[in-house]
Amino acid sequence: MYPKATRAALAAAGLSLAGAAPAFAQSLDDKVNQIFADSTGWFVSLIFSNFPGTSFPWIVAWLVIGATVFTLYFGFIQFRVIGHSIALIKGDYSDPDDAGEVSHFQALATALSGTVGLGNIAGVAVAIGIGGPGATFWMILAGLMGMASKFTECTLGVKYRNEYADGRVSGGPMYYLTKGFAERGLPGGKILAVLFSIFCILGALGGGNMFQANQAHQQITGVVGQYPGWITGLVFAGLVFAVIVGGIKSIAKVTEKIVPFMGILYVGTALIIIAMNYNLIGWAFGQIFAGAFTGLGVAGGMVGALIQGFKRAAFSNEAGVGSAAIAHSAVKTKEPITEGFVSLLEPFIDTVVVCTMTALVIIITQQLVADPETGLYLLNEAGNSVRTVGDTSGVGLTSAAFGSAIGWFPYVLAIAVVLFAFSTMITWSYYGLKAWTFLFGEGNTTELVFKTIFCVFVVIGAAAQLGPVIDFSDAAIFAMAVVNIIGLYFLMPIVKRELESYLARLKSGEIKKFH
Amino acid sequence: MSGTFVVGFDGSEAAHRALDFAIERAAAQGGTVLIAHVLEWSPYSFLTPTELEERHKRRREELERAETALMAPVVKKVSGRGAEIESVIRYGKIADVLCEIAKEKKAAQIFIGRDGHSALGARVFGSVASALVQTAPVPCTIVP
Repeated sequence: MYPKATRAALAAAGLSLAGAAPAFAQSLDDKVNQIFADSTGWFVSLIFSNFPGTSFPWIVAWLVIGATVFTLYFGFIQFRVIGHSIALIKGDYSDPDDAGEVSHFQALATALSGTVGLGNIAGVAVAIGIGGPGATFWMILAGLMGMASKFTECTLGVKYRNEYADGRVSGGPMYYLTKGFAERGLPGGKILAVLFSIFCILGALGGGNMFQANQAHQQITGVVGQYPGWITGLVFAGLVFAVIVGGIKSIAKVTEKIVPFMGILYVGTALIIIAMNYNLIGWAFGQIFAGAFTGLGVAGGMVGALIQGFKRAAFSNEAGVGSAAIAHSAVKTKEPITEGFVSLLEPFIDTVVVCTMTALVIIITQQLVADPETGLYLLNEAGNSVRTVGDTSGVGLTSAAFGSAIGWFPYVLAIAVVLFAFSTMITWSYYGLKAWTFLFGEGNTTELVFKTIFCVFVVIGAAAQLGPVIDFSDAAIFAMAVVNIIGLYFLMPIVKRELESYLARLKSGEIKKFH
Repeated sequence: MSGTFVVGFDGSEAAHRALDFAIERAAAQGGTVLIAHVLEWSPYSFLTPTELEERHKRRREELERAETALMAPVVKKVSGRGAEIESVIRYGKIADVLCEIAKEKKAAQIFIGRDGHSALGARVFGSVASALVQTAPVPCTIVP
């Protein structure tokens, strides 16, 4: 979702904020940060540690190996069923008597609103800044592989969801780990489910909340000038509270309508910029391919491009993390596998389409500075990333790239980032809540406790300096993937059985179109 | 000639006028009146995760409420006026669903009320009446 460089920028921004606060508050802040860092640092370094002698984090390899295993095990499922996935989303196979229930489209749209966001805008820029244009190639490849992970986890999410007497449904890794393992007679399902839930709660409060609030505040101050973060925090917390505690549908409805529109506007603008420079399209793809295998002189060369690309894809589309399985499990269908087919479009849209657009715009507007004689990219003064035209990185680089073609677009981008952040918070508050109720039981009081904690963390996230806290919550989200993918390896034969049965019935005509 | 008259019913005054009008005609011809209530719904709308979770429950509640608060009382009220009364509740786009029901039941006519929204309002939000006029598979009566 967000790499180290962004975190460093965050920490720097946080420092300047703290500088405005009274010295007492600053020292208190430092103390809190220090205690937090000391007690959680081991966990962060464990999750983000590199393979010995390399700068390749093992967690990225874990996600990519998982995606590769699922891709091979299901025979490149992501390329075989795309047509059917689209037919399912269009509602061709939906029973008209189920009108008024959750459709495939709605489940997909909600899950997407949790993943499309800062990773697609800021994260890609960081990847390209460090890894050069070649990172795009590896990012797309990892996105395509991630489709198989998403397929596996979302099928299981629907298959093992809980359906309550009052008609509500709850699903996600904690349910398939418990029920699926029990069904296969395997031990340890409950332990994995509890671990997953703990990491999910921490991830929801961190990456799904504090980081979002913090980045939204950075964006707003970038446009209107500096002011204390707690103000942004309180406004956001109030809005989040109104939606998740007050059940104020109108705010959620407005967001849920604007966010897809923003997504389309973003991709549309990117396409326009690319079309404006149509003569450079061939060159841009040339840079991407050449960079993917040679590095074109960036720090770390080809391996650097590969790590950055893989990291970005894995962090952006959350395939293998298990989060999306929670949102997808509410769909109305008799065939769990159909939701798997639909969910595999998510990494495609998130990474292969949206992330690639960001990358192409940055490359095509020539934000990266190359040596005119050799064609190789020049490094910045620190020597750790490619020199850029305006010396920008992260969301600033994306903003500069769009702004160089369309002057006013950075303002739209700022609004988009804030809205994406808000919708990601709403979605992750739900993921966290589901994990919370799995651990502590359902009930209005327990749920209110979590929702209140969540809102408090919005304020903290926007106000405080968060380096170590964000490192920790990042680590928690990827720890979810460790637990989840172990579970998926044990449960994938169940998915395969469902897949073969469904495809056979589709072929024989037993499964028919309604429209 | 007997047949089924589909009446689009949402509980409004205009809908009551349309229903009364249809029943008079049906009674004279010995036909059936099918009172159809459509809950506006699109499978392509955007929902929050909580709404997804509760959708099935809410749908059940909405159907129950429509039945007890709207359909049961009106069926009771208009029974015994000489026409046979049936009722149906569906989800979807109002005009589309009324057309589907008319096709399924091989209805003779569709009746709906019109409450005289301004032309501007109809232009912005679309009107069920104009959509029906364009797409209805059977003759359509708009009762003012």
